[in-house]
Amino acid sequence: MVFLSEKEDISLVLCGEAGQGIQTVEAILAHAIKQSGYHIFSTKEYMSRVRGGQNSTEIRISSHRVASYVNRIDILLALSSGAIKHLEDRISGDTLIIGDPEHLKTVKEEGIFQEHGLNTDNFIEIPLMESAQEIGGLIFANVIAAGFISSILNIPKEIFDGLISDMFTRKGAQILENDLKAGEAGYQIGRELMESKSEIIQVSLSGQSEVRDELLMNGTDAVGFGCLAGKCRFMSSYPMTPSTPLQSFLASNAHEFEMIYEQAEDEIAAINMALGASYAGARSIVATSGSGFALMGEAVGLAGMIETPLVIYIAQRPGPAVGLPTRTSQEDLNLALYSGPGEFPRIIFAPGKLEDAFILTQKAFNLAEKYQIPVFILTDQYFVDCYYNLSSLPLEDVENENYLVKTAPDYQRYLITHDGITPQGIPGYGDGLVVVDSDEHDEEGHITENLDLRTQMVDKRLKKLEQIKEDVVSPELVGPENYQELVVGWGSTYWPIREALENLLQRNEEKKISFLHFKQVYPFHKSVAEYLERAEDVIIFENNAQGQLANLIKLETGFEIQERVLKYNGMPFSVEEVEENLKRFTSIENVDTSGAEEVSK
Amino acid sequence: MKPRDFDMPDADVAWCPGCGNLAILRSLKTALAELEILPQDLVFVSGIGQAGKLPHYIRGNVFNGLHGRSLSPATGIKAANPELTVIDVSGDGCMYGEGGNHFIHTIRRNPDMTNLVHNNMVYGLTKGQASPTSQIDFNTPLQVDGVFLEPFNPLAVAIALDASFVARAFSGDRKQTIEILKAAIKHKGYALVDIFQPCVTFNKVNTRNWFKEHTYYLEEDHDPSDRNQAFQRATETGEYPLGIFYTNPHKKTFEENLSVYYEEKTPLFQRKVDIQKIKALIETKR
Repeated sequence: MVFLSEKEDISLVLCGEAGQGIQTVEAILAHAIKQSGYHIFSTKEYMSRVRGGQNSTEIRISSHRVASYVNRIDILLALSSGAIKHLEDRISGDTLIIGDPEHLKTVKEEGIFQEHGLNTDNFIEIPLMESAQEIGGLIFANVIAAGFISSILNIPKEIFDGLISDMFTRKGAQILENDLKAGEAGYQIGRELMESKSEIIQVSLSGQSEVRDELLMNGTDAVGFGCLAGKCRFMSSYPMTPSTPLQSFLASNAHEFEMIYEQAEDEIAAINMALGASYAGARSIVATSGSGFALMGEAVGLAGMIETPLVIYIAQRPGPAVGLPTRTSQEDLNLALYSGPGEFPRIIFAPGKLEDAFILTQKAFNLAEKYQIPVFILTDQYFVDCYYNLSSLPLEDVENENYLVKTAPDYQRYLITHDGITPQGIPGYGDGLVVVDSDEHDEEGHITENLDLRTQMVDKRLKKLEQIKEDVVSPELVGPENYQELVVGWGSTYWPIREALENLLQRNEEKKISFLHFKQVYPFHKSVAEYLERAEDVIIFENNAQGQLANLIKLETGFEIQERVLKYNGMPFSVEEVEENLKRFTSIENVDTSGAEEVSK
Repeated sequence: MKPRDFDMPDADVAWCPGCGNLAILRSLKTALAELEILPQDLVFVSGIGQAGKLPHYIRGNVFNGLHGRSLSPATGIKAANPELTVIDVSGDGCMYGEGGNHFIHTIRRNPDMTNLVHNNMVYGLTKGQASPTSQIDFNTPLQVDGVFLEPFNPLAVAIALDASFVARAFSGDRKQTIEILKAAIKHKGYALVDIFQPCVTFNKVNTRNWFKEHTYYLEEDHDPSDRNQAFQRATETGEYPLGIFYTNPHKKTFEENLSVYYEEKTPLFQRKVDIQKIKALIETKR
């Protein structure tokens, strides 16, 4: 048995307790890998606690572009005794398990891993704790581990040391010196191991120099850059996982980009504050997750009624109520779609790629202002926490229209127009008065109970939907136009589905199967029904238990998707899992099942 | 300027004849005229209730939002454009009940705005239920055994939170009310004016005469910078003091604390986006 040999794509998983500094290892390695010319993808799964538990980070190091979660583990770096047990289901005979003797002891003694096809060759002991103590304490174990991994991945030491310096210089000379020492200790352990085990471990990745200069960011960053490009000026929000990182992004860029971030006392205040700022002409956003958004529901109706632009960012996690705070889901499409009393138009985006997250967020601000409606961006824990490298963001596609008008003395905020859109005036800009009211109102904005006017105002608000249809983003078709079978997904499932499909087609070139990805989930693009009807068979993947998008498709187009693969345990779809389901769907003979999960129907 | 500059001749006023709101509206128009504030520079923000309708009866920009939430959009409006004069008009149910959390935290935030709370100790729009300031034993169709919750004391709460301006007025005394309103609007920072007013339809206990008999003005030598004294006076019940209880002019306002206004004062809608700067930030990810 030779580990890692001829692998162009290595899945490394780091696992330990909260508070052990796994994120530091992830940050160092991610950059070190990219700077060495390898493609990188990383994702984390973690518990809702500050100390203890078992958290893991998957890092894919690859000779080709990678952007999705895989189930298999090629190298498991166990930083705690519980790590191996925690990841038991993903370990196979091909997994190299590395850790301190202390952390490997129990599993080796218990021998419980024979059932997974493991033998002693799978376990590599490295003196992490002892080396850390020598340098000054267990706190250095994480940097030693990072050095060790970098060493076996052939990452040049200068790159590694440069990153350590970037990261620790601000903590003082003594700490930096010790961390450099820790890195060296890790490299030394790695070198010794590769020499002594050269028979059984061989790394054959190849890097490309272009990758070094690529961007490395996560879903939150991409949405954040989209906010800046969309001229966002105001965010008021209440911290809630997994939306908090976007709040931090805006807060930390508030000085440089002339924005206001305010942590409100609750989500209700947050959205009402944002509507106030928007009414006064500042492009505004709120960020939240399921339960927090539920609190905002009333004011979503207010946005609809007073026709005031607002971008609403919902980073989804499993519910109901508190649910699984740190896990992923696509359960709040219905919540976004039906939030707020009454009837009014809205737009819902669900990006699956970093580029899309950037451009759709920018677009969200523009369309919110153009149509004076709430525009939603749905992401999820998986999407926001994923990092991968990409060549650039489409900054050249950024266009910001200015829809605000200077008011004349006779300005009427709700003047009924042919398309339902009244140019938006703001207070303090022009000679007119801007009157908005959550009650039904007349054209001037004043409260009314005139029932004819009521009908006209509802029609005015809903009429905007016709215009909105012109701006709908079409779904993305991956694969040939003349497909027989069609795979459907939305939001963050983009890359796992795409990679699985590509894997499948590589081995089954004759198959005519394509993937339709929805990045706008409401309203639908006019092409949707036709795409679906053209297929002989359609399958949909969703991270929820009811098939919310499939149901919406049925409602909007009449097309019923029979094959639904629904996953709602809080974890994203892995590439293998999608592949297995696609094989079953397309009746491809299952030749190789190693490392693949069971079909989760 | 004249009070009539703020008139809305076509407004269909929904208040009862003799309602305290009518007197407050007149006093407010006079105060604004005397302060020479143009309707275009004014934003009235309100929630839901009888007081919440006031912005429809006075010339100015209006944000009439949700029940209890008025202080939040008011804060957002002032933050987005500090050049506007923001007056939040609310009632005792809207502000101290539904909006209690926002009341507390807006005081902490200290935006430069005036918060008028029409306090008639009863719910008017929903027809006669208890409000947070209803007095003990007050009978209503819902509180059939009389109110037994401790009445909310907005002034004491505000002073405890070191609100930068805390006053109480009585709608029936227009002269003094106008002076208090002017001081509150001119004040830099959050200014609370709780205004006693009779509800002629649903509160037969706390009538115009009752307020007259149960209120008096703070002495001329009352020192509004003395917070302990102010707090003590705010806790007086039975006979209720009127006037400016407390001011703290030394607090920075919310807007002054916002980095967007450290160097530049222009409202946010006038600012441009610099794509090159965004590009530079994105480049740091390489």
